Amino acid sequence: MNRDVTITIDGVPRRVVEGDLLAAVLLSHDVTTFRRDTHERPRAPLCGMGTCYECRVTVDGVSSVRACLLPVRDGMRVETGR
Amino acid sequence: MNRSHVDVLVVGAGPAGLAAATAAADRGRRVLVLDQAPEVGGQIWRHRDPATLPESARAAIIRARASGVVFATGATVLDAASPTELVIAFGPRTDRVRADTVILATGAVERFLPFPGWTLPGVVGVGGLQALVKGGLSVRGQRIVVAGTGPLLYPVAATLAKAGATLLAVLEQRTLGDLVPFARSTLGDLAKVRDAIRYRAAIGRTPFHHDAWVLAAHGSQRVREVVLRLGSRETTIACDWVATAAGLVPRTDLARLLGCALDGEAVQVDAAQRTTVPGVLAVGECTGVKGEAAGMLEGEIAGAAAAGDDGPARTLARRRAQGIAFGDLLAETFAPRAELLARATPDVLLCRCEDVPVGAVEPAWTARQAKLWTRVGMGACQGAVCGPACTTMFGWEVPQVRAPLGTPTCGAWHAQLTTPTDPPAA
Repeated sequence: MNRDVTITIDGVPRRVVEGDLLAAVLLSHDVTTFRRDTHERPRAPLCGMGTCYECRVTVDGVSSVRACLLPVRDGMRVETGR
Repeated sequence: MNRSHVDVLVVGAGPAGLAAATAAADRGRRVLVLDQAPEVGGQIWRHRDPATLPESARAAIIRARASGVVFATGATVLDAASPTELVIAFGPRTDRVRADTVILATGAVERFLPFPGWTLPGVVGVGGLQALVKGGLSVRGQRIVVAGTGPLLYPVAATLAKAGATLLAVLEQRTLGDLVPFARSTLGDLAKVRDAIRYRAAIGRTPFHHDAWVLAAHGSQRVREVVLRLGSRETTIACDWVATAAGLVPRTDLARLLGCALDGEAVQVDAAQRTTVPGVLAVGECTGVKGEAAGMLEGEIAGAAAAGDDGPARTLARRRAQGIAFGDLLAETFAPRAELLARATPDVLLCRCEDVPVGAVEPAWTARQAKLWTRVGMGACQGAVCGPACTTMFGWEVPQVRAPLGTPTCGAWHAQLTTPTDPPAA
Protein backbone atom coordinates (compact mmCIF):
# COMPACT_ATOMS: atom_id res chain seq x y z
CA MET A 1 0.00 0.00 0.00
CA ASN A 2 1.05 3.62 -0.67
CA ARG A 3 3.81 2.69 -3.10
CA ASP A 4 4.84 5.08 -5.83
CA VAL A 5 3.60 4.40 -9.34
CA THR A 6 3.83 6.22 -12.66
CA ILE A 7 0.90 7.77 -14.52
CA THR A 8 0.93 10.16 -17.45
CA ILE A 9 -0.83 13.49 -17.18
CA ASP A 10 -1.35 15.00 -20.64
CA GLY A 11 1.50 12.85 -21.90
CA VAL A 12 3.96 13.75 -19.15
CA PRO A 13 5.02 10.87 -16.84
CA ARG A 14 4.51 11.61 -13.15
CA ARG A 15 5.42 9.67 -10.03
CA VAL A 16 2.37 9.53 -7.76
CA VAL A 17 1.17 7.59 -4.74
CA GLU A 18 -0.93 4.58 -5.67
CA GLY A 19 -4.45 4.81 -4.31
CA ASP A 20 -4.56 8.59 -4.03
CA LEU A 21 -7.66 9.98 -5.69
CA LEU A 22 -6.95 11.16 -9.23
CA ALA A 23 -8.54 14.56 -8.57
CA ALA A 24 -6.22 15.11 -5.60
CA VAL A 25 -3.21 13.98 -7.64
CA LEU A 26 -4.03 16.33 -10.52
CA LEU A 27 -4.51 19.30 -8.17
CA SER A 28 -1.25 18.46 -6.40
CA HIS A 29 0.45 18.61 -9.83
CA ASP A 30 -0.96 22.10 -10.43
CA VAL A 31 -3.61 21.00 -12.91
CA THR A 32 -6.35 23.60 -12.60
CA THR A 33 -8.11 22.93 -15.89
CA PHE A 34 -9.78 19.54 -15.56
CA ARG A 35 -12.17 20.59 -18.29
CA ARG A 36 -13.22 23.79 -20.05
CA ASP A 37 -16.69 25.28 -20.20
CA THR A 38 -18.38 26.54 -23.39
CA HIS A 39 -16.47 29.82 -23.07
CA GLU A 40 -13.15 27.95 -22.69
CA ARG A 41 -12.90 28.94 -19.04
CA PRO A 42 -11.10 26.47 -16.77
CA ARG A 43 -13.05 24.23 -14.40
CA ALA A 44 -11.82 22.10 -11.53
CA PRO A 45 -13.37 20.02 -8.73
CA LEU A 46 -16.11 21.60 -6.62
CA CYS A 47 -17.79 18.89 -4.53
CA GLY A 48 -14.97 16.37 -4.18
CA MET A 49 -17.48 13.56 -3.74
CA GLY A 50 -18.85 12.54 -7.11
CA THR A 51 -21.90 14.79 -7.52
CA CYS A 52 -20.82 17.92 -9.41
CA TYR A 53 -18.98 16.35 -12.39
CA GLU A 54 -16.62 19.34 -12.60
CA CYS A 55 -13.61 17.00 -12.26
CA ARG A 56 -14.36 14.87 -15.28
CA VAL A 57 -11.33 13.94 -17.36
CA THR A 58 -10.37 11.28 -19.91
CA VAL A 59 -8.70 8.21 -18.43
CA ASP A 60 -7.21 5.51 -20.67
CA GLY A 61 -9.35 6.80 -23.53
CA VAL A 62 -12.64 6.80 -21.58
CA SER A 63 -14.15 10.28 -21.35
CA SER A 64 -16.28 11.78 -18.55
CA VAL A 65 -14.54 9.88 -15.77
CA ARG A 66 -14.96 11.55 -12.39
CA ALA A 67 -11.42 12.05 -11.10
CA CYS A 68 -12.64 12.49 -7.51
CA LEU A 69 -13.88 8.88 -7.34
CA LEU A 70 -10.92 7.19 -9.01
CA PRO A 71 -7.85 5.94 -7.15
CA VAL A 72 -4.71 6.17 -9.31
CA ARG A 73 -3.17 2.97 -10.66
CA ASP A 74 0.18 2.36 -12.29
CA GLY A 75 0.21 3.18 -15.98
CA MET A 76 -2.96 5.28 -16.01
CA ARG A 77 -3.11 7.73 -18.94
CA VAL A 78 -4.95 10.92 -18.04
CA GLU A 79 -5.98 13.72 -20.36
CA THR A 80 -7.23 16.95 -18.83
CA GLY A 81 -8.77 20.05 -20.41
CA ARG A 82 -5.41 21.79 -20.47
CA MET B 1 -25.10 -7.66 -18.50
CA ASN B 2 -25.74 -10.05 -15.65
CA ARG B 3 -28.75 -10.17 -13.41
CA SER B 4 -28.58 -11.14 -9.82
CA HIS B 5 -30.84 -11.16 -6.81
CA VAL B 6 -30.20 -10.24 -3.20
CA ASP B 7 -32.58 -9.97 -0.27
CA VAL B 8 -31.56 -6.43 0.61
CA LEU B 9 -29.74 -3.89 -1.55
CA VAL B 10 -28.34 -0.90 0.33
CA VAL B 11 -27.26 2.16 -1.66
CA GLY B 12 -24.63 4.09 0.27
CA ALA B 13 -21.97 2.76 2.66
CA GLY B 14 -21.95 5.60 5.19
CA PRO B 15 -22.94 5.13 8.84
CA ALA B 16 -26.68 4.73 8.11
CA GLY B 17 -26.18 2.32 5.22
CA LEU B 18 -23.68 0.21 7.16
CA ALA B 19 -26.04 0.00 10.15
CA ALA B 20 -28.95 -1.01 7.90
CA ALA B 21 -26.87 -3.65 6.15
CA THR B 22 -25.60 -5.08 9.40
CA ALA B 23 -29.06 -5.25 10.96
CA ALA B 24 -30.46 -7.10 7.93
CA ALA B 25 -27.49 -9.46 7.66
CA ASP B 26 -27.65 -10.24 11.38
CA ARG B 27 -31.19 -11.46 10.71
CA GLY B 28 -30.05 -13.87 8.03
CA ARG B 29 -30.65 -11.75 4.94
CA ARG B 30 -28.26 -11.66 1.99
CA VAL B 31 -27.18 -8.04 1.68
CA LEU B 32 -25.30 -6.12 -0.99
CA VAL B 33 -24.07 -2.59 -0.21
CA LEU B 34 -23.11 -0.22 -3.04
CA ASP B 35 -21.05 2.93 -2.86
CA GLN B 36 -19.59 5.20 -5.52
CA ALA B 37 -16.45 5.81 -3.50
CA PRO B 38 -13.46 3.46 -3.53
CA GLU B 39 -13.81 2.83 0.23
CA VAL B 40 -16.74 2.22 2.55
CA GLY B 41 -17.56 4.76 5.28
CA GLY B 42 -19.33 7.48 3.31
CA GLN B 43 -18.22 11.08 3.58
CA ILE B 44 -18.08 11.33 7.35
CA TRP B 45 -15.97 8.19 7.73
CA ARG B 46 -13.92 8.76 4.60
CA HIS B 47 -10.52 7.18 5.19
CA ARG B 48 -7.49 5.58 3.57
CA ASP B 49 -6.12 3.96 6.68
CA PRO B 50 -8.73 2.52 9.09
CA ALA B 51 -6.38 3.37 11.96
CA THR B 52 -7.21 7.06 11.43
CA LEU B 53 -10.93 6.47 12.09
CA PRO B 54 -12.66 7.02 15.42
CA GLU B 55 -13.12 3.78 17.35
CA SER B 56 -16.91 3.79 16.86
CA ALA B 57 -16.53 4.08 13.09
CA ARG B 58 -13.94 1.33 12.90
CA ALA B 59 -16.17 -0.90 15.00
CA ALA B 60 -19.19 -0.27 12.75
CA ILE B 61 -17.23 -1.15 9.61
CA ILE B 62 -15.74 -4.28 11.19
CA ARG B 63 -19.19 -5.35 12.38
CA ALA B 64 -20.70 -4.88 8.92
CA ARG B 65 -17.94 -6.96 7.35
CA ALA B 66 -18.27 -9.66 10.01
CA SER B 67 -22.03 -9.89 9.48
CA GLY B 68 -21.52 -11.25 5.97
CA VAL B 69 -22.54 -8.15 4.04
CA VAL B 70 -21.09 -7.98 0.52
CA PHE B 71 -19.66 -4.61 -0.49
CA ALA B 72 -19.36 -3.20 -4.01
CA THR B 73 -17.36 0.02 -4.01
CA GLY B 74 -16.84 2.15 -7.10
CA ALA B 75 -20.44 1.28 -8.03
CA THR B 76 -22.88 3.86 -9.36
CA VAL B 77 -26.64 3.41 -9.83
CA LEU B 78 -27.54 4.50 -13.37
CA ASP B 79 -31.19 3.57 -13.71
CA ALA B 80 -34.00 1.46 -12.34
CA ALA B 81 -35.93 -1.22 -14.22
CA SER B 82 -38.38 -1.09 -11.29
CA PRO B 83 -38.07 0.44 -7.82
CA THR B 84 -36.47 -2.80 -6.60
CA GLU B 85 -34.36 -3.63 -9.66
CA LEU B 86 -31.48 -1.26 -10.17
CA VAL B 87 -29.11 -0.86 -13.10
CA ILE B 88 -25.65 -0.43 -11.66
CA ALA B 89 -22.28 0.44 -13.18
CA PHE B 90 -19.64 -1.62 -11.40
CA GLY B 91 -16.67 0.24 -12.83
CA PRO B 92 -16.82 -0.29 -16.61
CA ARG B 93 -19.42 -3.08 -16.54
CA THR B 94 -23.13 -2.68 -16.03
CA ASP B 95 -25.36 -5.23 -14.26
CA ARG B 96 -28.85 -5.41 -12.90
CA VAL B 97 -29.54 -6.29 -9.29
CA ARG B 98 -33.02 -7.17 -8.07
CA ALA B 99 -33.81 -7.06 -4.38
CA ASP B 100 -36.76 -7.77 -2.12
CA THR B 101 -35.97 -4.51 -0.35
CA VAL B 102 -33.93 -1.51 -1.42
CA ILE B 103 -32.59 0.73 1.34
CA LEU B 104 -31.53 4.21 0.24
CA ALA B 105 -28.69 5.63 2.33
CA THR B 106 -27.54 8.17 -0.20
CA GLY B 107 -26.49 10.78 2.33
CA ALA B 108 -26.24 14.49 1.74
CA VAL B 109 -24.37 16.82 -0.56
CA GLU B 110 -23.27 20.38 -0.01
CA ARG B 111 -25.65 23.19 -0.86
CA PHE B 112 -23.80 25.53 -3.22
CA LEU B 113 -25.18 29.01 -3.84
CA PRO B 114 -23.70 31.00 -6.72
CA PHE B 115 -21.57 34.10 -6.17
CA PRO B 116 -19.18 35.97 -8.47
CA GLY B 117 -16.15 33.75 -9.07
CA TRP B 118 -17.62 30.51 -7.72
CA THR B 119 -16.65 28.59 -10.86
CA LEU B 120 -12.94 29.45 -10.54
CA PRO B 121 -10.59 26.54 -9.92
CA GLY B 122 -9.60 26.65 -6.25
CA VAL B 123 -13.14 27.44 -5.11
CA VAL B 124 -14.37 24.15 -3.64
CA GLY B 125 -16.87 22.84 -1.13
CA VAL B 126 -16.13 22.78 2.58
CA GLY B 127 -16.57 19.02 2.79
CA GLY B 128 -15.26 18.99 -0.77
CA LEU B 129 -11.82 20.24 0.20
CA GLN B 130 -11.73 17.88 3.16
CA ALA B 131 -12.51 14.96 0.83
CA LEU B 132 -9.73 15.97 -1.55
CA VAL B 133 -7.22 16.31 1.28
CA LYS B 134 -8.20 12.90 2.63
CA GLY B 135 -7.76 11.64 -0.95
CA GLY B 136 -4.14 12.76 -1.06
CA LEU B 137 -4.21 16.47 -1.96
CA SER B 138 -1.35 18.29 -0.26
CA VAL B 139 -2.33 21.66 1.20
CA ARG B 140 0.83 22.18 3.23
CA GLY B 141 1.57 25.89 3.34
CA GLN B 142 -1.46 26.72 1.20
CA ARG B 143 -3.53 29.73 2.26
CA ILE B 144 -7.15 28.70 2.81
CA VAL B 145 -10.37 30.48 3.75
CA VAL B 146 -13.16 28.21 5.00
CA ALA B 147 -16.64 29.74 4.79
CA GLY B 148 -19.80 27.80 5.45
CA THR B 149 -22.25 26.99 8.17
CA GLY B 150 -22.97 24.45 10.87
CA PRO B 151 -21.02 21.84 12.78
CA LEU B 152 -19.15 20.61 9.65
CA LEU B 153 -16.92 23.72 9.73
CA TYR B 154 -15.01 22.50 12.77
CA PRO B 155 -13.81 19.06 11.66
CA VAL B 156 -12.95 20.41 8.21
CA ALA B 157 -10.88 23.26 9.66
CA ALA B 158 -9.19 20.76 11.96
CA THR B 159 -8.34 18.44 9.04
CA LEU B 160 -6.84 21.33 7.06
CA ALA B 161 -4.83 22.61 10.02
CA LYS B 162 -3.49 19.13 10.70
CA ALA B 163 -2.50 18.82 7.02
CA GLY B 164 -0.26 21.87 7.41
CA ALA B 165 -2.45 24.43 5.66
CA THR B 166 -2.27 28.12 6.53
CA LEU B 167 -5.86 28.67 7.64
CA LEU B 168 -6.53 32.36 7.11
CA ALA B 169 -10.03 32.44 8.54
CA VAL B 170 -13.06 30.28 9.28
CA LEU B 171 -16.44 31.93 8.61
CA GLU B 172 -19.86 30.95 9.95
CA GLN B 173 -22.65 32.77 8.15
CA ARG B 174 -24.93 32.83 11.20
CA THR B 175 -24.53 35.30 14.06
CA LEU B 176 -23.41 34.07 17.45
CA GLY B 177 -26.88 34.95 18.78
CA ASP B 178 -28.51 32.72 16.15
CA LEU B 179 -26.63 29.75 17.56
CA VAL B 180 -27.76 30.04 21.16
CA PRO B 181 -30.71 27.59 21.02
CA PHE B 182 -28.54 25.09 19.15
CA ALA B 183 -25.63 25.41 21.57
CA ARG B 184 -27.99 25.00 24.52
CA SER B 185 -29.47 21.80 23.08
CA THR B 186 -26.08 20.19 22.45
CA LEU B 187 -24.68 20.98 25.91
CA GLY B 188 -26.34 17.85 27.22
CA ASP B 189 -24.63 15.70 24.61
CA LEU B 190 -21.16 15.01 25.99
CA ALA B 191 -19.83 13.46 22.78
CA LYS B 192 -20.75 16.57 20.79
CA VAL B 193 -19.25 18.91 23.39
CA ARG B 194 -16.04 16.86 23.47
CA ASP B 195 -15.79 16.96 19.66
CA ALA B 196 -16.35 20.73 19.64
CA ILE B 197 -13.57 21.32 22.17
CA ARG B 198 -11.15 19.02 20.32
CA TYR B 199 -11.81 20.69 16.97
CA ARG B 200 -11.58 24.19 18.41
CA ALA B 201 -8.19 23.31 19.86
CA ALA B 202 -7.04 21.90 16.51
CA ILE B 203 -7.67 25.12 14.62
CA GLY B 204 -5.65 27.04 17.20
CA ARG B 205 -5.41 30.77 16.67
CA THR B 206 -7.16 30.90 13.29
CA PRO B 207 -9.69 33.76 13.36
CA PHE B 208 -13.23 32.39 13.60
CA HIS B 209 -15.86 34.87 12.43
CA HIS B 210 -19.60 34.69 12.90
CA ASP B 211 -22.00 36.73 10.77
CA ALA B 212 -19.51 36.28 7.90
CA TRP B 213 -19.52 34.90 4.37
CA VAL B 214 -17.84 35.01 0.94
CA LEU B 215 -18.97 37.82 -1.37
CA ALA B 216 -16.79 37.04 -4.40
CA ALA B 217 -13.69 35.20 -5.58
CA HIS B 218 -11.23 36.74 -8.03
CA GLY B 219 -8.60 35.24 -10.33
CA SER B 220 -8.16 34.19 -13.96
CA GLN B 221 -6.91 30.60 -14.19
CA ARG B 222 -7.58 29.96 -10.49
CA VAL B 223 -8.65 31.86 -7.40
CA ARG B 224 -6.13 34.49 -6.25
CA GLU B 225 -8.12 36.51 -3.75
CA VAL B 226 -11.45 36.43 -1.99
CA VAL B 227 -13.79 39.19 -0.89
CA LEU B 228 -15.30 38.51 2.51
CA ARG B 229 -18.12 40.06 4.49
CA LEU B 230 -17.14 40.04 8.15
CA GLY B 231 -20.02 41.47 10.14
CA SER B 232 -20.44 45.02 8.92
CA ARG B 233 -17.13 45.30 7.08
CA GLU B 234 -15.78 44.00 3.80
CA THR B 235 -12.26 42.77 3.29
CA THR B 236 -10.24 41.30 0.41
CA ILE B 237 -7.49 38.81 1.09
CA ALA B 238 -5.09 36.81 -1.08
CA CYS B 239 -5.52 33.03 -0.87
CA ASP B 240 -4.92 29.73 -2.66
CA TRP B 241 -8.20 27.98 -1.81
CA VAL B 242 -11.70 29.05 -0.85
CA ALA B 243 -13.64 26.19 0.74
CA THR B 244 -17.24 27.32 0.84
CA ALA B 245 -20.81 26.01 0.90
CA ALA B 246 -24.16 26.87 2.46
CA GLY B 247 -24.60 23.73 4.53
CA LEU B 248 -25.88 20.33 3.48
CA VAL B 249 -28.89 19.13 1.53
CA PRO B 250 -30.29 15.56 1.40
CA ARG B 251 -29.21 13.65 -1.70
CA THR B 252 -32.47 12.40 -3.19
CA ASP B 253 -31.87 11.87 -6.91
CA LEU B 254 -32.17 8.08 -6.74
CA ALA B 255 -35.21 8.32 -4.44
CA ARG B 256 -36.90 10.63 -6.93
CA LEU B 257 -36.04 8.32 -9.83
CA LEU B 258 -37.73 5.46 -7.95
CA GLY B 259 -40.82 7.63 -7.39
CA CYS B 260 -40.44 8.22 -3.65
CA ALA B 261 -42.32 11.25 -2.34
CA LEU B 262 -40.31 14.01 -0.71
CA ASP B 263 -41.06 15.99 2.41
CA GLY B 264 -39.49 19.34 1.56
CA GLU B 265 -36.03 18.46 0.28
CA ALA B 266 -35.80 15.11 2.10
CA VAL B 267 -37.16 11.63 1.38
CA GLN B 268 -40.45 11.11 3.20
CA VAL B 269 -40.42 8.07 5.51
CA ASP B 270 -42.63 6.47 8.18
CA ALA B 271 -41.65 5.18 11.64
CA ALA B 272 -40.03 2.07 10.10
CA GLN B 273 -38.16 4.18 7.49
CA ARG B 274 -40.51 3.10 4.68
CA THR B 275 -40.78 5.51 1.76
CA THR B 276 -44.01 5.95 -0.20
CA VAL B 277 -42.81 3.28 -2.67
CA PRO B 278 -43.37 -0.35 -1.57
CA GLY B 279 -40.10 -2.21 -1.04
CA VAL B 280 -38.03 0.96 -0.78
CA LEU B 281 -36.78 2.25 2.58
CA ALA B 282 -34.60 5.29 3.26
CA VAL B 283 -32.25 6.10 6.14
CA GLY B 284 -29.81 8.73 7.31
CA GLU B 285 -29.15 12.13 5.79
CA CYS B 286 -31.24 11.57 2.65
CA THR B 287 -34.29 11.66 4.96
CA GLY B 288 -33.07 14.88 6.60
CA VAL B 289 -29.62 15.94 7.79
CA LYS B 290 -29.23 14.98 11.44
CA GLY B 291 -25.80 13.42 11.93
CA GLU B 292 -24.23 10.00 12.05
CA ALA B 293 -25.66 8.75 15.37
CA ALA B 294 -29.26 9.36 14.28
CA GLY B 295 -28.47 7.88 10.87
CA MET B 296 -27.12 4.67 12.39
CA LEU B 297 -30.24 4.35 14.52
CA GLU B 298 -32.44 4.73 11.45
CA GLY B 299 -30.28 2.19 9.67
CA GLU B 300 -30.82 -0.32 12.44
CA ILE B 301 -34.59 0.24 12.28
CA ALA B 302 -34.69 -0.15 8.49
CA GLY B 303 -32.35 -3.13 8.31
CA ALA B 304 -34.48 -4.98 10.84
CA ALA B 305 -37.70 -3.94 9.08
CA ALA B 306 -36.29 -5.25 5.80
CA ALA B 307 -35.91 -8.62 7.55
CA GLY B 308 -39.51 -8.50 8.80
CA ASP B 309 -38.58 -7.41 12.31
CA ASP B 310 -40.41 -4.25 13.40
CA GLY B 311 -39.05 -4.53 16.96
CA PRO B 312 -36.38 -1.82 16.63
CA ALA B 313 -38.92 0.52 15.01
CA ARG B 314 -40.83 0.33 18.28
CA THR B 315 -38.02 0.14 20.83
CA LEU B 316 -35.96 2.89 19.19
CA ALA B 317 -38.90 5.17 18.38
CA ARG B 318 -38.12 7.71 21.08
CA ARG B 319 -34.44 8.05 20.17
CA ARG B 320 -35.41 8.22 16.50
CA ALA B 321 -37.73 11.15 17.29
CA GLN B 322 -34.91 12.88 19.17
CA GLY B 323 -32.68 12.51 16.12
CA ILE B 324 -35.32 14.05 13.90
CA ALA B 325 -35.83 16.92 16.34
CA PHE B 326 -32.07 17.53 16.33
CA GLY B 327 -32.13 17.57 12.52
CA ASP B 328 -34.97 20.09 12.52
CA LEU B 329 -33.00 22.31 14.90
CA LEU B 330 -29.90 22.02 12.68
CA ALA B 331 -31.91 23.00 9.59
CA GLU B 332 -33.53 25.94 11.35
CA THR B 333 -30.35 27.20 12.99
CA PHE B 334 -28.09 26.99 9.96
CA ALA B 335 -30.49 27.86 7.14
CA PRO B 336 -28.72 30.08 4.60
CA ARG B 337 -29.42 33.74 5.36
CA ALA B 338 -31.01 35.98 2.75
CA GLU B 339 -27.75 37.76 1.90
CA LEU B 340 -26.28 34.49 0.62
CA LEU B 341 -29.10 34.09 -1.89
CA ALA B 342 -28.54 37.51 -3.42
CA ARG B 343 -24.80 37.49 -4.15
CA ALA B 344 -24.92 36.47 -7.81
CA THR B 345 -25.07 39.21 -10.41
CA PRO B 346 -26.99 38.31 -13.62
CA ASP B 347 -23.83 37.20 -15.43
CA VAL B 348 -22.82 34.68 -12.74
CA LEU B 349 -23.44 31.08 -13.77
CA LEU B 350 -26.32 29.29 -12.05
CA CYS B 351 -26.01 25.95 -13.88
CA ARG B 352 -22.31 25.18 -14.12
CA CYS B 353 -22.81 22.23 -16.47
CA GLU B 354 -24.88 24.00 -19.13
CA ASP B 355 -23.35 27.44 -18.51
CA VAL B 356 -26.70 29.11 -17.78
CA PRO B 357 -26.31 32.47 -16.01
CA VAL B 358 -28.56 33.56 -13.17
CA GLY B 359 -29.94 36.35 -15.35
CA ALA B 360 -31.29 33.85 -17.90
CA VAL B 361 -33.97 32.49 -15.56
CA GLU B 362 -36.97 34.16 -14.02
CA PRO B 363 -37.71 33.34 -10.39
CA ALA B 364 -41.43 33.30 -11.27
CA TRP B 365 -40.92 30.28 -13.53
CA THR B 366 -41.27 26.67 -12.41
CA ALA B 367 -38.24 24.38 -12.42
CA ARG B 368 -39.71 22.62 -15.44
CA GLN B 369 -40.15 25.82 -17.42
CA ALA B 370 -36.59 26.82 -16.60
CA LYS B 371 -35.33 23.46 -17.86
CA LEU B 372 -37.25 23.70 -21.11
CA TRP B 373 -36.27 27.27 -21.83
CA THR B 374 -32.68 27.43 -20.62
CA ARG B 375 -31.44 23.83 -19.99
CA VAL B 376 -30.72 24.74 -16.38
CA GLY B 377 -30.12 21.49 -14.48
CA MET B 378 -29.90 19.36 -17.61
CA GLY B 379 -26.14 18.93 -17.79
CA ALA B 380 -23.65 16.43 -16.50
CA CYS B 381 -24.60 16.66 -12.83
CA GLN B 382 -28.33 16.51 -13.60
CA GLY B 383 -29.13 19.38 -11.27
CA ALA B 384 -27.24 18.03 -8.25
CA VAL B 385 -25.61 21.44 -7.81
CA CYS B 386 -28.04 24.00 -9.23
CA GLY B 387 -31.20 22.14 -8.17
CA PRO B 388 -30.79 22.88 -4.45
CA ALA B 389 -29.59 26.40 -5.37
CA CYS B 390 -32.81 27.06 -7.32
CA THR B 391 -34.94 25.60 -4.54
CA THR B 392 -33.23 27.88 -2.03
CA MET B 393 -33.08 31.03 -4.15
CA PHE B 394 -36.36 30.86 -6.05
CA GLY B 395 -38.49 28.47 -4.02
CA TRP B 396 -38.81 26.09 -6.98
CA GLU B 397 -39.97 22.57 -6.24
CA VAL B 398 -37.32 19.85 -6.27
CA PRO B 399 -37.35 18.78 -9.93
CA GLN B 400 -38.04 15.29 -11.26
CA VAL B 401 -35.08 13.26 -12.44
CA ARG B 402 -34.65 11.02 -15.45
CA ALA B 403 -32.28 8.19 -16.15
CA PRO B 404 -29.40 7.95 -16.41
CA LEU B 405 -28.48 9.43 -13.05
CA GLY B 406 -25.55 11.75 -13.53
CA THR B 407 -23.36 11.12 -16.55
CA PRO B 408 -22.22 7.54 -17.01
CA THR B 409 -19.08 6.80 -18.97
CA CYS B 410 -19.76 5.62 -22.51
CA GLY B 411 -18.91 1.99 -21.75
CA ALA B 412 -21.27 1.78 -18.80
CA TRP B 413 -24.28 3.33 -20.51
CA HIS B 414 -23.74 1.47 -23.77
CA ALA B 415 -23.88 -1.80 -21.85
CA GLN B 416 -27.24 -0.69 -20.43
CA LEU B 417 -28.68 0.36 -23.80
CA THR B 418 -27.73 -2.87 -25.53
CA THR B 419 -29.21 -5.20 -22.93
CA PRO B 420 -31.96 -7.31 -24.48
CA THR B 421 -35.26 -7.03 -22.70
CA ASP B 422 -36.47 -9.89 -20.55
CA PRO B 423 -37.86 -12.83 -22.51
CA PRO B 424 -41.57 -13.31 -21.90
CA ALA B 425 -42.29 -15.79 -19.13
CA ALA B 426 -42.99 -19.22 -20.60
